[in-house]
Amino acid sequence: MKALTRARALAGLAGVLLVASFGAGAALAATPAGEAKTIRIGYLAREEPPRIPLTFLEPDIQDEGVQGARLGVADNATTGRFMGQRYELVETVLPRDGDPAEAIRKLAADGVRLVVADLPAEPLLAAASDPAAEKMLIFNARAPDDVLRNESCRANLLHTAPSRRMLADALAQYLVWKRWPEWFLVVGQTPGDKAFADAMERAAKRFGAKIVERRPWTFETGNRRSDTGHTTVQSAIPTATQRVEYDVLVVADEADEFGEYLDHRTWLPRPVAGTQGLVPTIWSRVHEQWGATQLHSRFEKAAGRWMTERDHAAWMAVRSIGEAATRTNATDPDRLIAFIRSGDFGLAAFKGEALTYRPWDGQLRQPILIAGPRMLVSVSPQEGFLHPGSLLDTLGDDRPESRCSLAR
Amino acid sequence: MKRLLPAAALLAALGAGAGTARAETIVVSNEKDNSLSVIDGATLTVVKTIETGRRPRGIIFSKDMTKVYVCVGDDNRIDVVDLEAGKVVDRLPSGPDPELFDLHPDGKTLYVANEDDNMVSVVDIESKRVTGEILVGVEPEGMGISPDGSVLVNTSETTNMAHFIDTNSKEITANVLVDARPRVARFTPDGKQVWVSSEIGGTVSVIDTASKDIVKKIGFEVPGVRREAIQPVGVQITKDGKRAFVALGPSNRVAEVDPVTYEVKKYHLVGQRVWNVALSPDEKRLYTTNGVSNDVSVIDLERNRVVKSLPVGGAPWGVIVKP
Repeated sequence: MKALTRARALAGLAGVLLVASFGAGAALAATPAGEAKTIRIGYLAREEPPRIPLTFLEPDIQDEGVQGARLGVADNATTGRFMGQRYELVETVLPRDGDPAEAIRKLAADGVRLVVADLPAEPLLAAASDPAAEKMLIFNARAPDDVLRNESCRANLLHTAPSRRMLADALAQYLVWKRWPEWFLVVGQTPGDKAFADAMERAAKRFGAKIVERRPWTFETGNRRSDTGHTTVQSAIPTATQRVEYDVLVVADEADEFGEYLDHRTWLPRPVAGTQGLVPTIWSRVHEQWGATQLHSRFEKAAGRWMTERDHAAWMAVRSIGEAATRTNATDPDRLIAFIRSGDFGLAAFKGEALTYRPWDGQLRQPILIAGPRMLVSVSPQEGFLHPGSLLDTLGDDRPESRCSLAR
Repeated sequence: MKRLLPAAALLAALGAGAGTARAETIVVSNEKDNSLSVIDGATLTVVKTIETGRRPRGIIFSKDMTKVYVCVGDDNRIDVVDLEAGKVVDRLPSGPDPELFDLHPDGKTLYVANEDDNMVSVVDIESKRVTGEILVGVEPEGMGISPDGSVLVNTSETTNMAHFIDTNSKEITANVLVDARPRVARFTPDGKQVWVSSEIGGTVSVIDTASKDIVKKIGFEVPGVRREAIQPVGVQITKDGKRAFVALGPSNRVAEVDPVTYEVKKYHLVGQRVWNVALSPDEKRLYTTNGVSNDVSVIDLERNRVVKSLPVGGAPWGVIVKP
């Protein structure tokens, strides 16, 4: 992209309940809740310390997620013009110590029953398990935690964000298809890193690959701006990756603290995949198939930057609601929720096929992109991995594996 | 003598090109090569490659068939190509990111889908001006104009509707909800129906022009091909309304549909990711653009089989044929 304009900071909005209206005109804001044919969608996020990417090529984004939701609402509103339906996004961004349950109660009191959450697992569960959320439908557009799709699954929760197992399975299928079956896992310090590594171990068993070694990353991750940074890294990484024979180094570094350093520096000349290098993802700027270019252009025009996975997951959540409203010609949340969960629902999201929610754990089935830093490499599921129902169910927890009690 | 007949018939078939001189010209837009391939129908060879603006997709002949209008999406305009001269000779405005368009039967007005801006632009060819903009759904794509020029149908890929537009008032008169990701809108030659293909929905909706009711949703099933790979895009119907052809994308098939019974009669195996189709003027051949295998398949409609595939440029998209 030629001009990356500075993304609009959300920091200034902390703790404020923002009501933004879109689409059919200025009169909208004056419309009382529940009246007319307005669909109100809550957006719930919590302020976080800024996450600085290791590469200087990526911007430090302050409005991740919400921009996807806003574009989804704008898209819905365009269609809504022909249906007599209006959309309103009720944006709530909590301060760092804000209580998500309280925010949910506020949204409920405001008559909002459809909520898109850009929250990590813990505050997401706090929000979803509040009694005020019982009659809501909350879309998890952020947390990849498998536990949310299993032991901690909830009837009022759907997931447009992929689970770690889906991502790991997608990458694993590609590596197995490539006949690169021996993996060297390098695992960061965070619980998320360990969970992704566990998902890769599980995927290795599922698809017939082998983890030849799992090694924790213990080095001090320096400052990316240090003048002589490359000297230290250049000597540290070969040492850290020697004495193991493997096909691919799979790195688990969700916070982007060291993973970028690995490629071109390992002891053996081997590719790097996982959270850096060749990555499994639901969205990437390198993806241009199935009309994806159009969503990129629309988003970049609106947000002034590239669409990220979190933006995309939020967009799919809002579009799920819009699709249900168009197909049912209804605005009543109960009807929309029932339709989204029904077998008739299908979302077109630039992945080449209609996406649906798994009835057993609420996860959105979707193809996973296998993306390099500058080009799309592949899309999983890979040819040859079979499933009696949907091939997409070869990624993540299939019905018989699910530990979600809603499944039974 | 009788025994010789099949051989004679075969000779006649083989010689059809040279002997009876098929003079038709096929023009293909190559999305990734920024060019048009011009194919001679008699020899089935590419005789000319014409450079265009960036990302050429929708193409259409001028009324007198001497020129080709090309949507060059990444340059936000329409290129006017002189086929004889073999080059771009003029430009028309189009509104942002034009993808597909249609020409009014009077030859004076182009209706262009602006994919990024949720609108249809009306372009007056002579004055080279955009004379109107019509707001439609998200990601406008397919454009089909009725044979009498009174009704324009535009499809919007993310809104999933066919918008019926009165070409006089430039107002939307009806919105018909169809299956996911509608691509092409094609009127039947009698103007009584519009066929709308849905790429992700995997169907073709047949809409009655008068009542705006969907009278039939045609589904497709190819043994051994997974349902998700069946993605209808291009649609063509013969002038007598007796045969219809639907390109089915990554299933690499073109379906022939009986427009009376709506029954699928045959699936032709063509190149990879077949986007669009065009009938020859005598309707004895169907040409397809195969976006992934970078070739054009030629289907002989009398013998009902694919007789040739011929390489063109990168990512062939649109295809049109003139006598």
